[in-house]
Amino acid sequence: MNQTSQTEQQRSYQNSSAMIMTLTLIATISGLLVVIAVELTRPLIAENQRIAVEQAIFQVLPDAQQWREYRLNNRELHSVDESDDGIAIYAGFNQYGRLSGIAAEASAQGYSDVIRLLYGYNPACECITGIKVLKSTETPGLGDKIYKDLDFIANFKALLARLNSEHSALENGIVTVKHGHKSKPWQIDAISGATVSSRAVGKALNDSTQYLLPRVVDQLAVIKPVDPAQSNGDANSE
Amino acid sequence: MSNKRIKEAPITMDTFLKGVWEENPVFVMLLGMCPVLAVTNSTINALAMGIATTFVLVGSGALISLLRHTIPRQVRIATYIIIIATFVTIVDYVIQAVSLELYNALGAFIQLIVVNCMILGRAESYASKNRITKSIVSALGMGTGFTVALLCLGTVREILGAGTLLGFPIFGADFEPWVIMILPPGGFFVLGSWLLIFALLKQRKTKMEGLARAR
Amino acid sequence: MPADSLTFIFLNALIINNFVLASFLGICPFLGVSGKLNTAFSMGLATTLVMLISSVCAYFINMLLVEFDIEFLRLIAYIAVIASAVQLVEMSMKKFSPALFRALGIFLPLITTNCAILGLALFQTYREYNFSQSLAYSLGAGGGFIIAIMLMAGLREKLELADVPGIAQGAAMTLMLGGILSLIFMGFSGMGGA
Repeated sequence: MNQTSQTEQQRSYQNSSAMIMTLTLIATISGLLVVIAVELTRPLIAENQRIAVEQAIFQVLPDAQQWREYRLNNRELHSVDESDDGIAIYAGFNQYGRLSGIAAEASAQGYSDVIRLLYGYNPACECITGIKVLKSTETPGLGDKIYKDLDFIANFKALLARLNSEHSALENGIVTVKHGHKSKPWQIDAISGATVSSRAVGKALNDSTQYLLPRVVDQLAVIKPVDPAQSNGDANSE
Repeated sequence: MSNKRIKEAPITMDTFLKGVWEENPVFVMLLGMCPVLAVTNSTINALAMGIATTFVLVGSGALISLLRHTIPRQVRIATYIIIIATFVTIVDYVIQAVSLELYNALGAFIQLIVVNCMILGRAESYASKNRITKSIVSALGMGTGFTVALLCLGTVREILGAGTLLGFPIFGADFEPWVIMILPPGGFFVLGSWLLIFALLKQRKTKMEGLARAR
Repeated sequence: MPADSLTFIFLNALIINNFVLASFLGICPFLGVSGKLNTAFSMGLATTLVMLISSVCAYFINMLLVEFDIEFLRLIAYIAVIASAVQLVEMSMKKFSPALFRALGIFLPLITTNCAILGLALFQTYREYNFSQSLAYSLGAGGGFIIAIMLMAGLREKLELADVPGIAQGAAMTLMLGGILSLIFMGFSGMGGA
């Protein structure tokens, strides 16, 4: 090997070590910046999410003043503090600290994409007490009526979801019927011109209640009453 | 070195204004089209996206300009992308902290600022060659130009498509919104119309200049 | 059709929520490289290839990120790994298949900064697709991109023979065409509904 190629090789080694050094430096700087940003924003984001969940729960459970989070895992209901595996179930408590209902998420394929919603269920009246659409990309002016049309929303003030005597399924499944054809308390009156979106809401509710209610309703004793003196949301703070 | 310093043009109003008007990233350069079309269905989304992009432009521009002598040429693009991705991650978390609703409305397009070709283009062609103050001023100009363009689309689409401006109704109850304007096709149509208007203005200007010269 | 079946995921990305015309991903090449039919097709093929690769990469990186609980590094990790994976593909293609490299090679570096690629990786993560679902999704997205860019290129080739007014030539015309195509594809949404 002659002199020049040796020096060239040496230079290229120097070069690549310089490159690695610079890349490491830059990766460190960016890692540091990201970690700082994440740490600074973490409490704010958690608070925002808590507020969003709380607002949704209070909307679907009109009597609720406080709430607590539970999980349904392998047919067993337990508090989120024990483990956070399983399906989220939110328990709402009224002004006396008693359980006023439970809320859970449901979803179904809508007109353009999946519709996700939260619904409240009141075990006393065995009915759904409200829904809140969490995510939807339905067509503005048509499909978005599922959360803008007051007549449609009125369907969910007391939508019957009673379990059969064996507590294995709903006595009458929730169905969406053609606009103006609602005759039973477990039927949803569709929006004319947005049948697909209305049906998706019905399907989401039916699927979720048929699965969750037979599993949850018999275990409601797990949900202990809360201290009514506490103010909104404190039941959930650490 | 000192010789070079003297040659470098000073920062003028032009450094800033170039990005806003003459080299407007959207209307003139046609860069970063995805967010321009996707998140301009309302004014507030457009404004938030504009501010987020400006922050990333300024932040990455400043850091790249600061490190411009240490970054080896061979790996510069990779380095730029990592720096840009860092600032985008920061913006992503800040927006989540400010408003979840806004975050959900903008969706994945905040994270997709990383691949906005305008930012990488500016890093390569400007920030890597200029002093930090100058890079920041120019990045601010570009960002402003981008925000203005987004607002041009956002306001038109919101007014026509929903009959509102920043959420407040501006027409009477009888107004039937042109829903198509806030749907995907509306984005193409409104941007196309703006480009047509600018082309028309330019054509008129050159014609007038031609007439003036002929006289 | 169940929303998580492979066929549905594929069709959803292909036409119902077409990546370009409904989700606005990959607009830059859609406007820029749609002048000629054969270039558009090569671009589409190269994009599909990169989508497949990055989808697989993203799937495994995400597993790692979740394992170590460092999801906040997701964006940086995705873009860095996708960029280097594309670079590797480009180099190996150059060495092993020069013919393929001549056809697709020049597009590969461009595609790295195409938002459709990163968008695909992010969407499949948000929707928590498993491995085969991710593959179906990336094939659908790539196919959707090919359909959109080929349609546009076909229209633009025909328009070259038409008498377009001076001010409407170029980008403005392309955007209007894009609007009409997008309007047509809106007709497909609802195919997934009940």
